Amino acid sequence: MKDIAISLNEVNVRYGNNIALRDATINIPYHSFTGVIGMNGAGKSTLFKAIMGLVTPQTGTITICGDDPHTAQKHGHVAYVPQSELVDWDFPVSVYEVVMMGRIGTQNILKMASAVDHDTVKTALERVNMTAFKDRQIGELSGGQKKRVFVARALAQGADILLLDEPFAGLDATTEKSLIALLISLKESGKTIILATHDLLSLPDTCDHVALVKSTIIGFGPTKEVFTKELVERTFDGILNHVKFN
Amino acid sequence: MDILNFILEPLQYAFMFKAVVVSTIVGVACAILSCFLVLKGWSLLGDAISHAVLPGVVLAYMLGIPFGLGAFVFAMLAVTLIGYIKNNTKIKEDAVMGIVFTTLFALGLMLISKIISSVDLTHVLFGEVLGISDNDAWYTFIILALVSLVVLIFRRTFLLFCFDPIHAQSLGLPVRFIHYAFLSLLAVTITGSIQTVGIILVIAMLITPGSTAFLLTKRFSSMLQIAIGISLISSLIGAYSSYYFNIATGGTIVFVQGCIFLLVFTYQTIVTNYKSRRQLQTS
Repeated sequence: MKDIAISLNEVNVRYGNNIALRDATINIPYHSFTGVIGMNGAGKSTLFKAIMGLVTPQTGTITICGDDPHTAQKHGHVAYVPQSELVDWDFPVSVYEVVMMGRIGTQNILKMASAVDHDTVKTALERVNMTAFKDRQIGELSGGQKKRVFVARALAQGADILLLDEPFAGLDATTEKSLIALLISLKESGKTIILATHDLLSLPDTCDHVALVKSTIIGFGPTKEVFTKELVERTFDGILNHVKFN
Repeated sequence: MDILNFILEPLQYAFMFKAVVVSTIVGVACAILSCFLVLKGWSLLGDAISHAVLPGVVLAYMLGIPFGLGAFVFAMLAVTLIGYIKNNTKIKEDAVMGIVFTTLFALGLMLISKIISSVDLTHVLFGEVLGISDNDAWYTFIILALVSLVVLIFRRTFLLFCFDPIHAQSLGLPVRFIHYAFLSLLAVTITGSIQTVGIILVIAMLITPGSTAFLLTKRFSSMLQIAIGISLISSLIGAYSSYYFNIATGGTIVFVQGCIFLLVFTYQTIVTNYKSRRQLQTS
């Protein structure tokens, strides 16, 4: 289990009478790049929330980097890059300030930035190539730059695991490519990347692992083995002719 | 008339001195909270709380305890009720707020009609800072100064809470606690401000300065400063107008704030139009 970043064992999550996730079991290794696919409402976001410790499963266990979700939160193991539509882009904060928010878990109750915090933020901004934009208000950025800011926040947090919720939505092909290149380079430097995506076309080139979600995890493994016509069509309840399978 | 004299002369009177001090602290506290409230999108909730405290004020009056205490209890009651009903029905939040605050406000009106004279009713609804007692003035000043300090000290946490509560929660911050702490501070501010601007208008103090400042800046720190500045000026104009022209303090403060907002809005619209036209011409 040493090589497992995220482990869910027979996890059940219910909201009232609705079962959002049923008997979900998955073991995501460190340094992997996992694409999570499934229909809307299939349980992708519940899976993410469970990993982040935002929902507590009724039954089953979750282990993040060897810790329970609550301890994992305190350690900042998991960082989250939100969907663009869930961010208030008019909010009066600068790029630098947003990245600094990644440090808030390590700061004291007054949340004053230390010299270490400033250094970490600067390094994170350099890593995603956004140093030149550090004083911009976050709404004054292009789609790809907006994503990079939140990736930088995740890096500033010092997280080992990055969760990205539909990061490619609304991005043009070139921007998507350069974001993917950034994520792959982060993976190679030791991060574990997990993203929810609807982009089945680029998935085989991007992700080395795939998780198929349909109320439960109906498949997880190396892309070559799991991203098959049969399994993916089962995930989406239909025929997918435009997607190239292995 | 000498301008210094114009400002200082009224302050010789104890009632006017109190009025200026209280209006000032009300302006500052409301301005600070307004920045967060506007960004969080909680303006309507603020309005709901401000109306819902009325029965608390009346009951406090009956029992001879500080207004603020009674108001605070009912503010929390309103917030809890709104949250509980929203989570357990399919009715949308704005409708739930509407039902809860009007019902509590109505209860307050019923209690008032039985107990308090109509003059006092006007004071509760519209404020009367010139007649504030020494005790109430002290109470308001201390409470609102404390609220302002607490919010400023913890502004980074509150800002994160407004901007991305999911991120805050994923770092293990006590988001639920922060949520209720912010609501409590809001309730305290509303109750502290009632004496000056009244129940009906206090929400304006909690929306307008922050909104105006939001139009003018892209930095939260300057948004806070601008909001406080606008609010302070409005409060002072309000207090002095009631002294010199005998018009309602609360009404004047809120009206001045509204006028400043309109001025800023108009200025911005003109500048934006001018800029985009120049861009078209040069391109």
